[in-house]
Amino acid sequence: MKFTFSWLKEHLKTDRTPAEIARALTDLGLEVEGMEDRGAALKPFVVAYVVEAKPHPNADRLRVCTVDTGGGTMQVVCGAPNARTGMKGVFAPPGSYIPGTKLDLKKGVIRGVESNGMLVSERELGLSDEHEGIIDLPADAPVGKPYAQYAGRDDVVFEIKLTPNRADCLGIHGIARDLAALGVGTVITPAVQPVPGKFKSPLDVQMHLPAEVANACPMFIGRYIKGVKNGPSPAWLKQKLEAVGLRPISALVDITNYLTLDSDRPLHVFDADKVEKGIRVRLGKPGETLAALNGKTYAIDETMTVIADEKAALGLGGIIGGEPSGCTEATTNVFVEAALFDPKRTALTGRKLSIDSDARHRFERGIDPAFTQPGMELATRLILELCGGEPSEIVVAGKLPDWKRTIHLRHARIWSLGGVDVPADRAEAILKALGFAVVRAGDGYEVEPPSWRADIEGEADLVEEVIRVHGYDKIEAVSMPAPAVTPEPALTPGQRRAGLVKRLLAGRGVMEAVTWSFMGKAQAESFGGGQPALALANPISADLDQMRPSILPNLLQAAQRNADRGSPDLALFEVGPVYAGVGPKDQAIHATVVRRGNVAPRHWDAPKPRPVDAFDAKADAMAVLQLCGVPLGNVQVEAKPPSWYHPGRGGVIRLGPTILATFGELHPRALRALKVDGPAVGCEVNLTVLPLPKGKAAGRARPMLKASPFQPVTRDFAFLVDDAVAAEQIVRAARGADKNLIVDVGVFDRFSGGALPQGKKSVAIAVTLQPVEATMSEAEIEALSAKVVAQVTKATGGVLRG
Amino acid sequence: MTATDLAAIRGAILAEIGAAADLAALDRTRVAALGKKGQVTELMKGLGAVSAEERKARGAELNRLKDEISAALDQRKDSLSEAELDRALGAERIDVTLPARPESEGRLHPISQTIDEIVAIFGAMGFKVAEGPDIEDDFHNFTALNIPPEHPARQMMDTFYLQGPEGGRPVLRTHTSPVQVRTMLSEKPPIRIIVPGRTYRSDSDMTHTPMFHQVEGLVIDKTTHMGHLKGCLADFCRAFFEVPDVPVRFRPSFFPFVEPGAEMDIGCSRKGGELKIGAGDDWLEILGCGMVHPKVLRHCNIDPGEYQGFAFGMGIERVAMLKYGIPDLRTFYEADLRWLKHYGFSGLEVPSLVRGLVTP
Repeated sequence: MKFTFSWLKEHLKTDRTPAEIARALTDLGLEVEGMEDRGAALKPFVVAYVVEAKPHPNADRLRVCTVDTGGGTMQVVCGAPNARTGMKGVFAPPGSYIPGTKLDLKKGVIRGVESNGMLVSERELGLSDEHEGIIDLPADAPVGKPYAQYAGRDDVVFEIKLTPNRADCLGIHGIARDLAALGVGTVITPAVQPVPGKFKSPLDVQMHLPAEVANACPMFIGRYIKGVKNGPSPAWLKQKLEAVGLRPISALVDITNYLTLDSDRPLHVFDADKVEKGIRVRLGKPGETLAALNGKTYAIDETMTVIADEKAALGLGGIIGGEPSGCTEATTNVFVEAALFDPKRTALTGRKLSIDSDARHRFERGIDPAFTQPGMELATRLILELCGGEPSEIVVAGKLPDWKRTIHLRHARIWSLGGVDVPADRAEAILKALGFAVVRAGDGYEVEPPSWRADIEGEADLVEEVIRVHGYDKIEAVSMPAPAVTPEPALTPGQRRAGLVKRLLAGRGVMEAVTWSFMGKAQAESFGGGQPALALANPISADLDQMRPSILPNLLQAAQRNADRGSPDLALFEVGPVYAGVGPKDQAIHATVVRRGNVAPRHWDAPKPRPVDAFDAKADAMAVLQLCGVPLGNVQVEAKPPSWYHPGRGGVIRLGPTILATFGELHPRALRALKVDGPAVGCEVNLTVLPLPKGKAAGRARPMLKASPFQPVTRDFAFLVDDAVAAEQIVRAARGADKNLIVDVGVFDRFSGGALPQGKKSVAIAVTLQPVEATMSEAEIEALSAKVVAQVTKATGGVLRG
Repeated sequence: MTATDLAAIRGAILAEIGAAADLAALDRTRVAALGKKGQVTELMKGLGAVSAEERKARGAELNRLKDEISAALDQRKDSLSEAELDRALGAERIDVTLPARPESEGRLHPISQTIDEIVAIFGAMGFKVAEGPDIEDDFHNFTALNIPPEHPARQMMDTFYLQGPEGGRPVLRTHTSPVQVRTMLSEKPPIRIIVPGRTYRSDSDMTHTPMFHQVEGLVIDKTTHMGHLKGCLADFCRAFFEVPDVPVRFRPSFFPFVEPGAEMDIGCSRKGGELKIGAGDDWLEILGCGMVHPKVLRHCNIDPGEYQGFAFGMGIERVAMLKYGIPDLRTFYEADLRWLKHYGFSGLEVPSLVRGLVTP
């Protein structure tokens, strides 16, 4: 909402400066977004009289003008075609800054003739693009008067951001009312005097709304004015509208715009000769259309409020008028509408048709119902004043809805909710200044909000009114009472764990990224997602139209972007949500890692560094699982990765039937679809399914450490097994030989080919035995070794290599 | 054998020991003196031929000599070993100016770090962290928060919708406020929660991204009023920005789910084009807040006649940008290694009020 300081002062008598007004607006909750002193740039320029304009001795197109600037006579060389003796224009003295050219004006000699200053065009003053000639002022313009002042451009323009509840401040008189309540001035809005009708309107108004939707348009006031002459508005009106960024169109249109801004009263003016018999307020009919004033045609439906005549829809109530019944230069008889429309219906219709009009903006926020008839009287007066004509009596259909209601405000509530003690007299005075009727009653006040404050619904709203005018700055800040000297943990075990995982991965040399929760449908599909239910109906772009099933694609693409920028070897992780469905339980938190390129850059000790492989990804996954307290001895690794991993170089990590994590080298096809160059590996750990540590009830004490005093013994075994045998089978079998004594089984070698038979491989394991009761004898060790061999042979068909 | 002879032998052996060039030569000298057939050993053997009274004195003399030689051998051996080690080490020289083996550096994203800082501060004030889903229904995201379908505020929020029937389409939460509703519906007052999380609005330009992070705060009890709201947020700002006297300003504002509503600004100065948080001649808007609207409490089955409290919502990127001088919102989501290295945090920097929020 934009308005000028001078316009505000038509409603508010104040001695405050614009800066003080801006501060007051902000304090009231009418946030000032901008304040511009339009006059400042125009300060040097004055109205001047061209005493004489004679041809330049050395140039056909130039004239030498003698200019009376009010402060003296100057010689100015001017090239404008309209420069002539006896005209009045705008003089720029030497040394002034010309806004349109962004140059300081200097004295000069043009083709041998001295020139002191210039006569300027609108473009040179930065007022418009007009540069056909210099500004040509009327003969009565006072010479020497600052031009900005003369043209009404010496003004400060405020722009305020209104919250949706403050519909009453969508008119300048409402803003003045709020400011006056704060005490920065007095409201001087003139009282509205009714205009007596001279005849009965030849057009009638009928409500054709079904009873159950009568509130769609509770009241419609019309007035016929005959014999008007539409044309350009006078300068004062044009200037007012232009100053707030509106383009003047014609007097009749400008009047409606003026009253919308001035008094928050949207109106419509029909060309009465284009209205068949009268106005019919009804709901839309299927198939009906409206050719609107904005040049577009809209399909109307049965939920919309339509202003029609006997034949057709003329406008959408509270939103936009129709082109065919609109006013033109040729209009001679008009029918003026001042009506009330239901905010909800207006909002829904406006949204359905995507029409953002000033009328809709106001009606959907709530218009002062009591100002409907005064609005009509103001409009009538202005039309008679600017366009002439003769007014009819007003035609009223429907009635003013009962807007009066009483809300009880307990005085104590101001303190108990607002946190500030406002004396009762002060509270009462504030409410009254805002237009509320107040009666002291019992523990507080019976308060009747004014007709323009539909947003006031209950006691809390009244508390806000009192304290916002009293001043939010008077609320004393009170620290929160501590619930305990030492606070309880703020995080749940799961939240704490997710935080630790981030710090673990950062410690493993992985950079944390945060990427969009959505991605392209094709990418989602190649990573197990793409369900129609998870597609965005209104995506911001086609490559962000699907909720992500996995974080991998985002990280892979990010890795590629970094590679393109010269960092080919990198690791990225994200701990964030993925979506399997739209329900709250379908959202899981994944810790996802991607490693790309080589494990490290080239180095003197490793001139050919190793490319990342599935085991790097597996190590990340295992580290996360271990940190999260998953018993790694109980998890199983299966070589059955999801389709986006290399089928032979990826796997899943399970605990019982639950898949905790996936890892591996990314499938070349998946990489190709993402336009990512390999090698790239990744893992995803589903933090949501990981078992949580036992609660506090289980106690913090750890089981007693049983550190054996006896030396551990390590024995190595090499087995010849089929290629298909998984290392984990051998390890498990070896472990199974004695669950108590065998504390670790490591795989320290594997190879195939060479002297080994086709289809076989050698796997070497180191089995660590930890005696607990006594040192083991050689015979006992031998016996256990034999058992290890037997177990492995039984489980895998492998044989011990000699 | 006279004392003079013995002295000569002693002198010769000790001289040989002193002259031994390496451990091998020294060993040869040892064998020649103390070996089975060594010179001193032979002399010891010769004691049997000496008279008993002379044998005692002579034996003692020989033993002294033997001890002396042993000590000299040991000493020489030590010094030769040291010299040999020095020589060997001299040959093992490496170029220590070569770079160490490379290790990649991981860092935490500023959003994670900032959330942890926020949790540390509010945690100290007794707030717990609550969470909720990103995909919400109309009730939790709008209706329960006093934003009916036709409310103009719905339009201002630029909501992302998922596919579905009109009216029943799930939405991507436009704010973290639905978690207020979920918490009030599942827990009994008193409630003190903060809700950091992802939020979504279909907006993308210099200062908006379609996804961003908010932290919601909610307090519900019987006595908390607007002064507490002001105090709580002022305490937060002072701790978070580490400016003990940062001025805060409340301005009346409107959010459908609070009444009275406010926006909070913190003081700053922009002298010389540099933004500095603290007392100054300008204000920075940092969050919206207010007292929970009675209608919201009723939607959540809480009696507004008995309970009241406040709520606030703050942009996490915004406060991170202000605190850490990050100029461009959009860079948060680009995963640019250079940016992450520059603006990221060591994983060891766990924010704590006790240890200090940030390493100075």
